[in-house]
Amino acid sequence: MATTTHDQAPADPTFFLVEQDDHDHGTGGGTLLGFWIYLMSDALIFAALFATFGVLSTSYAGGPTPREIFELPLVALNTAILLVSSITYGFGMLAMEKGHVRGTQAWLLVTALLGAAFVGVELYEFGKLIAEGATPQRSGFLSAFFTLVGTHGLHVTVGIVWILVMLVQVGQRGLIVENKRRLTCLSMFWHFLDVVWIGVFSFVYLLGMLR
Amino acid sequence: MKWNDGNLDPVLHAHGDAHGHGSKKSYLLGFALSSVLTAIPFWLVMAQPIASPGVTAIAVIVFAVLQILVHTICFLHVNTQGEGGWTMIAYVFTAVILFITIAGSMWIMYHLNSNMMPGMMTGQMSEMP
Repeated sequence: MATTTHDQAPADPTFFLVEQDDHDHGTGGGTLLGFWIYLMSDALIFAALFATFGVLSTSYAGGPTPREIFELPLVALNTAILLVSSITYGFGMLAMEKGHVRGTQAWLLVTALLGAAFVGVELYEFGKLIAEGATPQRSGFLSAFFTLVGTHGLHVTVGIVWILVMLVQVGQRGLIVENKRRLTCLSMFWHFLDVVWIGVFSFVYLLGMLR
Repeated sequence: MKWNDGNLDPVLHAHGDAHGHGSKKSYLLGFALSSVLTAIPFWLVMAQPIASPGVTAIAVIVFAVLQILVHTICFLHVNTQGEGGWTMIAYVFTAVILFITIAGSMWIMYHLNSNMMPGMMTGQMSEMP
């Protein structure tokens, strides 16, 4: 698509207008695309962790197997929490676009609480596994499991901190252009984490139970 | 996507950044589809309606890919117009690298494992004259 535009450029004077319009984001465009590229590079980190888990997923070293240690009802609860938090953030964005400060803050707070619940359930699960002796150093499978799921949980934790920061920012300065841009980046981050979680519950937990 | 264009601030939309500009309809549609696409694989694994684990595994993977696409369109609002198509290009590029990394690693290591198994080595040795 870009090539076509460049080829037509000398003959087509509107090319310059289109370019100018593209640069007229002022505050939004470049940052949003840059943040999107960051998210894609983050996806590659998760790709490496998923690949590691895939390779080591049957290296039990005589230790526990997924079927013995995973509790699917707990995973289903966490999946539901994260999915609902995705849509509550979406409602926050809709409130932001309408310029409702209170509504935006309320939905952000609900999202942060759901995120905290997710991390809480995950820490409970980790604690239970470690108490059962299924520690990260028990086998290659468990090392890869804790690294992959733990990295995702760490991302969610950072997302919660970011939401809290944005609550303060919106409270102090309102829905100014900069805050709208930040909230849009955070929105991409939060939805991206939900996408990664789809991979985690499908490939780690559900396929693990079938093995 | 048509549903992205409803209910928007026209000034913001004129800037052409497509991120985060979903309508309530697109979020609700994404949520409904995701709920169904999550519930089915969990049910498939927990209730085991399909006897073969292999077929269930393929179904789980298909539902995961579908749900990732739903999230990408309804929640992340990736489309061909956003940022002059660059979000879409970056997304597709990442998907390709992701697939190569994961599938390639598992493919190579599976063959390495099955060729280097101690049991297999002795098997080959005993067949030697």
